[in-house]
Amino acid sequence: MVKYSLRRLLGAIPTLMVVVVLAFLLVHAAPGGPFDSERVLPEAIKENIDKYYHLDEPLPQQFFRYISNVVRGDFGPSYRYRDHTVTQLIAGSLPISMLLGSLAMLLAVVVGIAAGTVAALRQNSVVDRVVMAFAMTGISIPVFVIAPVLVLFLAVKLQWLPAGWSGSTGAARLLLPVISLALPQIAYIARLTRASMIDVLASPFIRTARAQGLGTYAVIRYHALKPAMLPIVSYMGPAIAGILTGSVVVEQIFGIPGVGQFFVTGALNRDYTLVLGIVIVYAVMIVTMNLIADLIYGVIDPRVRYR
Amino acid sequence: MITISTASNAIGRARVSRLISISGGILVAIAVIAIVVPWLSPNNYLDTDFDNILAAPGLAGAHLFGTDDLGRDLFVRTMMGIQVTLLVALVASFVSLVIGVLYGAIAGYVGGRVDAVMMRIVDTLYALPFIFIVILLMVVFERNFLLIFVAIGAINWLDMARIVRGQTLSLKEKEYVEAARLTGVSTPRIILRHIVPNLIGIVIVYVTLTIPQAILVESFLSFLGLGIQEPQTSLGALVDAGVNQKENAAWMLLIPGGLLALILMCFNFLGDGLRDLFDARQSP
Repeated sequence: MVKYSLRRLLGAIPTLMVVVVLAFLLVHAAPGGPFDSERVLPEAIKENIDKYYHLDEPLPQQFFRYISNVVRGDFGPSYRYRDHTVTQLIAGSLPISMLLGSLAMLLAVVVGIAAGTVAALRQNSVVDRVVMAFAMTGISIPVFVIAPVLVLFLAVKLQWLPAGWSGSTGAARLLLPVISLALPQIAYIARLTRASMIDVLASPFIRTARAQGLGTYAVIRYHALKPAMLPIVSYMGPAIAGILTGSVVVEQIFGIPGVGQFFVTGALNRDYTLVLGIVIVYAVMIVTMNLIADLIYGVIDPRVRYR
Repeated sequence: MITISTASNAIGRARVSRLISISGGILVAIAVIAIVVPWLSPNNYLDTDFDNILAAPGLAGAHLFGTDDLGRDLFVRTMMGIQVTLLVALVASFVSLVIGVLYGAIAGYVGGRVDAVMMRIVDTLYALPFIFIVILLMVVFERNFLLIFVAIGAINWLDMARIVRGQTLSLKEKEYVEAARLTGVSTPRIILRHIVPNLIGIVIVYVTLTIPQAILVESFLSFLGLGIQEPQTSLGALVDAGVNQKENAAWMLLIPGGLLALILMCFNFLGDGLRDLFDARQSP
């Protein structure tokens, strides 16, 4: 198991390298530098700026300097927020994004699995139809539509919940962002759970368990749930990617000072080092989540052999 | 595995085909309306009507969907948004189809080490946070319209390549492929003439499922201000404008947002339904 984990960890390195190289090259292929503006700078100042940011060096040298710094946790200076390094900006905004993301993930897993299981148990009934109709709707409404609509009705019209981040404190302001982030994932997980639960419930070992007189709860809890969870575990990687993408939008809409917000303003401001740093952080998160999902998969399903 | 009795299977199948025709019909209707009806409107997407700024939906000034904060007619703009959204999605899906089918068919047919390397590349690319790379692309290359097509297409080909490869693996064992090989037909010709035409069924199903993904990416980019640029518009850009005006003019958010969701839902139902029918026939 340890050996397998190490092997998978090593296998993740090429993926990360591809991301970093691709992102780095893209950023440096940009026509026009980050310091281009209407104001024409004197040649000497321009040279000094280039020197300060090592932009005068050949590309490979810049790349290796960047990589060796990144490995040590230094993403370089931000081009726009002059007083901050990228590392500071990310470190300052990551906790709030992580909190939002993990709450949304938790909500999605719990509600999604519960809804999917209920639908599977009453296959083709009214309950099943309703749950699946909701799931289809949830998949089809993009986060950037559902979030402002929820704000419009629950915060602006009914005034039940705070609409923004800065105007309020406490857990209430987390509610709408987390729900908006979780909804599409709830829908996906509910569909996945329903499909795999129906498959599992039709297998002979469940029939045997039923024949022994076990109640529905015991059958689900002790026999069906574990094997039915496998597709959901594999979905964890894409789910985290979806939540990261969603968080970019949700942080924008609710004005939450998280990583996603910096990503968008960085992108619009051409703050290359900031954007590059965030892309790398996101890539590391997704790759890590895929790795964890693989390992959990093996724990749930001992038939998977670690090679 | 037989999970459902034949009777309920037949009912399920009838229901699925009904869903397919309903969602397909709605999509065709939306596309036709979005292309034809703007010609009949006295307004166009650029002109500002200063007497009707932020007008609510209604007949005043023939602004069926009202106007935005600049007094532009939202009906014509929404229809234009639908056109752009559908166009981007179709072209992007076509790009992903061409790349995915060729890549998958070559990997599956040639097999061996080539296959292993090609699929290893797909696996590596799968783990990339593509959407962020696309955002980077948009930032670097100044939001080029053409680039949006290519970028979205370049994301979506991975699934297609995997599915096509799997299908090709079973196709290449068929007698007619063997016969072709025996008569000395070259490998590229076998792939293009014998393998690819037989993939059409499954490819159509999966294209229907990639279209909503392409729509999502495009509208996401436009929402962030990185996609379609003013005065051109797409559903995502309209939703973005609607978010800023939601307290004064809820229709600016609800109409394009609702239509976007409706289009996505129809494509999802269509794709799901087609896949169900197709798979049902595949594994009796």
